Amino acid sequence: MKDSIREKLEILAESAKYDVSCASSGTSRKHREGHVGSAHGWGICHSFTEDGRCVSLLKIMLTNYCIYDCAYCINRRSNDIRRATFTVSELVELTVEFYRRNYIEGLFLSSGVIRNPDYTMERMVRIVKQLREVERFNGYIHMKSIPGASRELVAKAGRYADRLSVNLEIAKEENLKRLAPEKDHASVFKPMSYIAQGFLESAEERRHLRHAPRFAPAGQSTQMIVGATDETDREILSLSSALYTRPSMKRVYYSGYIPVNGYDQRLPAKQPPLIREHRLYQADWLMRFYGFRSDEIVDDTDPNLDLEVDPKLAWALRHPECFPVDVNRADYELILRVPGIGVKSAQLIVTSRRYHSITASTLRKMGVVMKRAQYFLLCRELPPQTVGELNPLIVRQRLINPPKNKKQEGLRTQLTFTFPD
Amino acid sequence: MTVFRYDKTFEGLLSALFDAYVRRTFPDQLIGPGEPAPLFTHEMYEVMTRTDAAERVWKGLEKKLGRRVCHQLTHVWLSEQAGGDELLMRYMHKAFDAPQSIAGDFTDDDVLQVKKIAQKVAKEKERLIQFVRFQKAGDGSYFAPVSPLYNVLPLSIGYFTDRFADQRWLLYDTKRRYGYYYDLQRAMEITLEHDEALLKGWLSEEMQAEDEKIFQERWQSYFRAVTIRERLNPKLHRQLMPRRFWQYLPEKR
Ligand code: SF4
Repeated sequence: MKDSIREKLEILAESAKYDVSCASSGTSRKHREGHVGSAHGWGICHSFTEDGRCVSLLKIMLTNYCIYDCAYCINRRSNDIRRATFTVSELVELTVEFYRRNYIEGLFLSSGVIRNPDYTMERMVRIVKQLREVERFNGYIHMKSIPGASRELVAKAGRYADRLSVNLEIAKEENLKRLAPEKDHASVFKPMSYIAQGFLESAEERRHLRHAPRFAPAGQSTQMIVGATDETDREILSLSSALYTRPSMKRVYYSGYIPVNGYDQRLPAKQPPLIREHRLYQADWLMRFYGFRSDEIVDDTDPNLDLEVDPKLAWALRHPECFPVDVNRADYELILRVPGIGVKSAQLIVTSRRYHSITASTLRKMGVVMKRAQYFLLCRELPPQTVGELNPLIVRQRLINPPKNKKQEGLRTQLTFTFPD
Repeated sequence: MTVFRYDKTFEGLLSALFDAYVRRTFPDQLIGPGEPAPLFTHEMYEVMTRTDAAERVWKGLEKKLGRRVCHQLTHVWLSEQAGGDELLMRYMHKAFDAPQSIAGDFTDDDVLQVKKIAQKVAKEKERLIQFVRFQKAGDGSYFAPVSPLYNVLPLSIGYFTDRFADQRWLLYDTKRRYGYYYDLQRAMEITLEHDEALLKGWLSEEMQAEDEKIFQERWQSYFRAVTIRERLNPKLHRQLMPRRFWQYLPEKR
């Protein structure tokens, strides 16, 4: 017998998979009596796809029918693809059954636009409402808000969902309009601000009334497609950094453009190098956890990220005057700026140095990548050569083309000698 | 060299430390029951495991180091690594002798080792939680086989009792041959005399709930459908989801 739900599942997962935001983080909720499940602070990946992405939520579309015709989207109305629509009970059952088997953390629901944004949102809300109110589902729910949805429906969605998101898709409005004629930035920014408002109001109410209803406690996220249009990394990152200043904005995702509609002349035929998406995430990471400003990472002279070296190393190479950093004295923030030192090792350094002064061999044991860090730091031993003495170009060359074989390595250590153990 | 023989339990180890302080001699090496003594042994002491002594040591450690660090020590114990007990012995000895907590001094090799092993064990616990797959049995309870690298099942039980509080389940370590059964009230450690059926890891069709196969197949379909074939990256895939877990994942069957 053919399983028609399995078929729908295939079609609608296939249609939803290009949306990259899958994290299920930001909410912690213990089990509640008579409820199914809990939510776990940071997102748990229950599986990984063969392209190496985390599978945390059942990422699925309610329907892949759509009245819009966005050039970059596989589900655009002018595509001749298999279409399907879930009923409320089908999708609710799938979510609960998968959840009970520890396959997933919860549901990530999106949808093509049927009739109009509000009509679509209303159908989506029905699913999350049934999950919460009838099934007593206590797991994680991420719901996409449809661009152009009204305040009322966004408000309803926020009652049931842990996180809401509206995808910006294209950083510059003129580009968005060219590729997605039915959308503009206002249709994205409006629901975003409804979410921010709901989030703030509920936080305020809960300060006075512990049991006041929550509103999207994990905040919101958004996504930009990279490489479909001509935005520079500077334009993308300065938009992200502006978005991060908004209350409730927790994550900006970058999705390297994949040419799913090769026939469309408005789009480039080739996909951008994967490394660009990777570098954007690194830059984003620097802004969120390392205290970098977007204009330190990319600026008018270098509007695009260096694809050969990561943005932190690139910054260090542009600023030899900031180094070497003395790991036994410098502030945590400065230590964090040393290439080869991450958040974990920086923390280890500042706690340990209260006991003993830090040597190169301790650094190595703490997980510092000395191959990189050696040019940028000072510990008890004198560094052989710092970036200032050597000149950034030489350091760059050495780090990009590390010696290939043992013989060369021997040669190099003879010439430069690295830290003694 | 001074050698202590103990019963290879955690309580035994704590008792050994207790006795060491009483005797004022600390072991250079620890061996288990039946293990031959090393050649250069000039003193051999047999530890008697005593709950009260173990408890006193543990309380003292908690006071000295705090809960979080003690948690790391449990992790090291559960790593089951060769020499792990001796590492713990040295660590605890130092911890008691030092005027302040040694936990932050990562210039000390033992302190750093404890942290590193504890991190590895914690990582394995996270993985266990990630990759457990329950199969629904005919009686409505859920079964999942596990065989983690370190003995982390006890560390993960909190997650399962919290998340799956309204379903009965059995988690069974097929390598160490014990498990936990949750009866809607609490999770109990169990060993089974006849666990042959469970060791295979997969419930037979007669033992499965009627719809179990359907949901496994749907999950397989879902897993295949979300893969972006333009970007296959088997190496990364294996790194994130190590092979040793695949045997119990429906999507990798
Ligand atoms: S509205 Fe959404 S589903 Fe519809 S074509 Fe545009 S991106 Fe695709």
